[in-house]
Parts: sequence; C-alpha cells; structure tokens
Amino acid sequence: MVRREVVGAHYGLRDWLAQRATAVVMAVYTLLLLGAIAFMPRVDFVSWRALFAAPWMKMATLIFVVSVLLHAWVGVRNILMDYIKPNGLRLALYVVVLMVLVVYAGWAAQILWSV
Amino acid sequence: MTEHTLKMRKRPKHLNLFQIRLPFPALVSILHRASGAILFLLLGLLLWLLQGTLSSGARFDAVRSALSNPALKLVLFGLLWAYLHHLLAGVRHLAMDLHYGTELEMSRASSKLVFFGALALTLIAGVALW
Repeated sequence: MVRREVVGAHYGLRDWLAQRATAVVMAVYTLLLLGAIAFMPRVDFVSWRALFAAPWMKMATLIFVVSVLLHAWVGVRNILMDYIKPNGLRLALYVVVLMVLVVYAGWAAQILWSV
Repeated sequence: MTEHTLKMRKRPKHLNLFQIRLPFPALVSILHRASGAILFLLLGLLLWLLQGTLSSGARFDAVRSALSNPALKLVLFGLLWAYLHHLLAGVRHLAMDLHYGTELEMSRASSKLVFFGALALTLIAGVALW
C-alpha cells in the first residue's frame, strides 16, 4: 500500500495566515492615517512632515510597509501561479517580483528615515 | 472506457469570458484579484509620491499641482477605488473566515455591499477632493 499524504510543501497555512494578519495590520493603519490627517489643523507640508517625523508613526508605517510587501508577495505569486504556465517564465517573474519588493522595502526605509 | 468517462468528455464547456454572466460574488472575487494587481503595479507611484511630499515644501507643492492635472487625478481615483474594493472585499473575506455571512443569501448581499460600497466611497471622495 502506498501511503500518500497530500500535504504539499507546508507553506499553505503559513501564507494563508500571513495574508490575513498583514491584511488586518493594513486595515488598522489605513484608519490610523485617515484619523491623523483628519486631526491635522491644516493639510500642508509642515504638518504632513511632522506626522511622519513622529517615532510612533515611523514605526507604524514601517510595519505597514512590511505588511504590504509580504501581502503583495503572496498575492502576486498566486496570480502568477494561476496564469503563467511555463515554469521558467514563472520562476523568472517570481524573482523579478521579489527583487522589486526588496527594492521597495529599502526605498521605503530610506524615505522614512530621511524625515 | 466506461460510459461515465465518455459523458465527461462530451460535457459542454462554456468558457467564453465575454459570454459568461458573473454573479455578484464572482464579480467581487475577480475584482479583488484585479484590484490587488493594480495596487501592486502602482506601489512604486505611491512610494514616489510619499518621497516627494515628505522631501521639501517645494516638492510637496509641486506634487500637489501635478495632481491637479485631471488625467493624474483620474489615475489616483482609480487607485483609490482599487484600494477601497480590495479593502472591503478583504474584510468580507475575513468575516467569512470567521464563518460570518457564508450562507448564499448573505454572501450575495455582502458582495453587492462591497461592490457598490467601493464605488460609492470612491465617488464621494472624488466629489470631495476634485
């Protein structure tokens, strides 16, 4: 008898959970940002920059950006899995997407810490 | 070759995307994917805008006046719709993960709420910020 267990590479549950955890983080951050803008006396450069100069906002934005990138990775990978059939092309696109996301992470950190 | 597999082979396929009528939950589902793809493709634009608006007062004003261009405004409102649709459809997903609204009636109703809710909020923001 052949024992077959259809369990895959075990990243399914982890990705499923990560997609939901990052979604909650992003939803909360969205409300936070909208609230912060709503409480600005005037929406101008000075108050916009002051908002992002605050350490708590930097940290919140960093967590948001990391969530966006993880979430985007899982989502875009799923789209590529569904539509790009040739293995070589799909793997190449995975690498491109990963590199773009890593560059965005560095860029976002640079933006945040230049304020 | 059994009769069953013969029947399976002759089963009609109707995969013309222009003729398939999507029920609302299916429409919301494919738009969740499409809006996610749009958001990924425009992430760079958003980072660029964040960098511009945070770097100096002059750049802030330059970005602001660039965004008064109607074409760019439409792109941003398209992006806003994608964000709102993805967010609302995502909340619906999370609710269903927790076994809320999984019955057919409720899921149809909530998919309409997501679809029209995202459009309405985009329209409201569009009128308020134009």
